[in-house]
Amino acid sequence: MKRTSLLLPDSAQKPAALLFGTLFGFLLQKGGVTRYETIIGQLLLLDFTVLKVMLSAVLTGMLGIQVLLQFNLVTLRPRYGSFGSSVIGGLIFGLGFGLLGYCPGTAAGAAGQGSLDALFGGVGGMLLGTAFYSEIYPRIEASVLRWGSFGDITLPELLRTSRWKVVIAVAALLAAVLSALSLAGL
Amino acid sequence: MSWLTMARWPAIAVGIAIGLLECLTFLLLDKPIGCSSAFARTSGLIEKAIRGNSVVEKPYYRLFPPVIDWEWVFVAGIPFGAFLSALSSGNFRIEWVPSLWAAIFGTGVFRRLAAALAGGFLVGLGSRWAGGCTSGHGISGCLQLALSSWLASAAFFAGGILSAILLFSLTGG
Repeated sequence: MKRTSLLLPDSAQKPAALLFGTLFGFLLQKGGVTRYETIIGQLLLLDFTVLKVMLSAVLTGMLGIQVLLQFNLVTLRPRYGSFGSSVIGGLIFGLGFGLLGYCPGTAAGAAGQGSLDALFGGVGGMLLGTAFYSEIYPRIEASVLRWGSFGDITLPELLRTSRWKVVIAVAALLAAVLSALSLAGL
Repeated sequence: MSWLTMARWPAIAVGIAIGLLECLTFLLLDKPIGCSSAFARTSGLIEKAIRGNSVVEKPYYRLFPPVIDWEWVFVAGIPFGAFLSALSSGNFRIEWVPSLWAAIFGTGVFRRLAAALAGGFLVGLGSRWAGGCTSGHGISGCLQLALSSWLASAAFFAGGILSAILLFSLTGG
């Protein structure tokens, strides 16, 4: 059962996407996460800005979406996964992440603040990498990508418990990690 | 309005704002925030321009057609927003080599671009392999409590930490 009353009409979706993307880029830059030093600092475990931004975004969004879900105003869009896809793909991403020092969204933001390594190296490399993926996709689709497949399952489904319980537990965990980082002065 | 010209906002304030932005995209567009599929669509558009319309028949492009969708427009807004932010605080600067890289590996532009190109290639490949990036899985998927996203995000950081430590402690000396 899906309520669509608050969905924007088709004609307004792309202008809204442009506005939201602009806001996202503004926030990433103000947060300092479009800087190479911030991201590498995180990966070397010296600067926890990236983790603080991500965990507080997950905490806020998780609680907000849960309330909206309660009023039937949103539909969840969990993605399909498998060990072969999520873990192997994630590790390939990670190896590149440390070398590039940006991720796709922050590389786009870094290009806007004048970081030309993100524009020419990062964006250029990502376009080549996604093009390469489209070439090899038919060969890994029926094999690696299906290893240990678990579909679009969510943690409450996996644990066979109510969504609210998991939301509250994860919220408490994220709040504890954020407090610990703050107490440790990181 | 002095906060608007600040170079940095507190990380947690930025995170909370991004979390609220996610609520808006779910509510108004029925979409989670994501970035990496826009790169796949762009490379598909380029391939289509070079090799012709037949590329849309490639199995991957049937899943992610090379078209300009909402996420593409969203990602196109990111550099514009970051430009406005950098301008507002006066820290827009043209930079080929980040200072931390320069301190360890020197100021050579070619070396930095080669590393960024190789890293970007793996980021692009890995993000589509895993079905998302630090936005689509790391924030949007984790906040939906998707198992795929928690696993992928753990792998992003495990791989990233390994890669950065190898690069900086072994190569960099």
